[in-house]
Amino acid sequence: MTTYYTNEHEWISVDGDVGTVGITAFAAEKLGDVVFVELPDAGKSVKKDADMAVVESVKAASDVYAPVTGEVVEGNAAIVDDPAKVNADPEGSGWFVKIKLNDKSQLTGLMDKAAYDAFCATQ
Amino acid sequence: MSEASTGPLKKTPLHALHSRLGARMAEFGGYDMPIQYADGIMAEHNWTRKQAGLFDVSHMGPSFLALPQLGGNTPEERDDAHRTVSALVEKLVPSDIAGLAPGKVQLTVLLNENGGIIDDLMIGRPADPAMQGALYIVVNAGTKDNDFAVIQKAAGDAARLERADDNALIALQGPHAEAVVAGIFPQALALTFMQFIRFKHSDYGDIVVTRCGYTGEDGFEMLIPAEHGEAFANRLLEDHRVKPIGLGARDSLRLEGGMCLYGHDIDATKTPVAASLGWMISKTRRERGDFPGAGRILGELKDGVPSKRVGIRPLGRAPAREGTEIQNLEGETIGVITSGGFGPTVNGPIAQGYVDTSYAKAGTPLKLIVRGKALEAEVATLPFVPAKYKR
Repeated sequence: MTTYYTNEHEWISVDGDVGTVGITAFAAEKLGDVVFVELPDAGKSVKKDADMAVVESVKAASDVYAPVTGEVVEGNAAIVDDPAKVNADPEGSGWFVKIKLNDKSQLTGLMDKAAYDAFCATQ
Repeated sequence: MSEASTGPLKKTPLHALHSRLGARMAEFGGYDMPIQYADGIMAEHNWTRKQAGLFDVSHMGPSFLALPQLGGNTPEERDDAHRTVSALVEKLVPSDIAGLAPGKVQLTVLLNENGGIIDDLMIGRPADPAMQGALYIVVNAGTKDNDFAVIQKAAGDAARLERADDNALIALQGPHAEAVVAGIFPQALALTFMQFIRFKHSDYGDIVVTRCGYTGEDGFEMLIPAEHGEAFANRLLEDHRVKPIGLGARDSLRLEGGMCLYGHDIDATKTPVAASLGWMISKTRRERGDFPGAGRILGELKDGVPSKRVGIRPLGRAPAREGTEIQNLEGETIGVITSGGFGPTVNGPIAQGYVDTSYAKAGTPLKLIVRGKALEAEVATLPFVPAKYKR
């Protein structure tokens, strides 16, 4: 299983042709306390770089973008019920959605961990 | 998540302290201000409601408006001095400043000729007999240059406005604020809500302590000379009941308290009646009808306004932010949200906005258009969290 990162601070961890997507620890820390999450329904098509979910902190609302094109197979009901889980474990149990990828070659345009960490250092 | 800024930001006397405390800084009212510290907005909000939160509000605009000659030889002369200086500001505000008891502050609004709100502000009458003829005036950060010019223009040569906004203005808010402040300034114990006192302190020099705040909690705002600001803040922070609180939690606290944020919930397009601040217009001023925009405002008090400010409670979990369209159940636009977010004490989304007056009654069902979806909401009584002022 390999994890990739976007410059919008999403991560996607790919197993076969399904990727688990969430926001990075860096993004969760910047957002602050998450109080509301809105996820796409299972079966919905999402498009690479288009907004797919919403995450709201006390102060502001932010869009979460799809790192790849595909179909949502599952949303994480646990973070909808308890949005604080996003802050508690953003790159683990605080995942957002699982997406069935249309085109795995889209992953090659994303960053690996080392490149993402270097990117965050410039933010 | 970035804030636009123009020109170099101003710094408060506590700026270096914020950095040392690990604050995340952003622009507010032209100043580089702490938005939050390491604990985050939610924890800071809850700490203020249960303990005591320290807020740097030095970006605001404290000032003194003073006649050339203060005090007087007799009580009558001193009352005359107060009436004279009050008449100067009553040209701009609809409240009874002349009628303020010594030591009292009043929340009021600066009005333009149309009765629109230029700013909300606090005006106080000193308790000290020797200071009669002076007023303590505190205005908002983003509006202060214009406010001070407007006030000085209204006063003309009769009084001089002395800015005090280079001092530190530090608020301590929450149930333990009284005990903490009384340990340093025992004089503060004698104050009740909306009273202030000015005195000289052996460590900190000339001080103003006002029992007021913008969180709905009991608390104090303390004007401290700039050179002592950091030492004083540190002394407060040494107390285990005190933590520093950023502007993020200040906003969620004031929203739960049902208070207005200038430039959002009120501005020059709103009158005090539309803003549901009619209580600021005193009986004597209504009878005299001698404040800016009195014709319009008295008409609104008598006949009502087309739309007014109300509290709004989204019934789901999604916050509705500033600018959100408000519809009635038939899908017609009837208003707009002017501030909205999440209330940690309420543990749910809360908002304020303006609705057509026929929809302003508490409990009226509304729809909020959030990301293209109509979310259920209802008009709520303000404040969302009951005030705990010391009366």
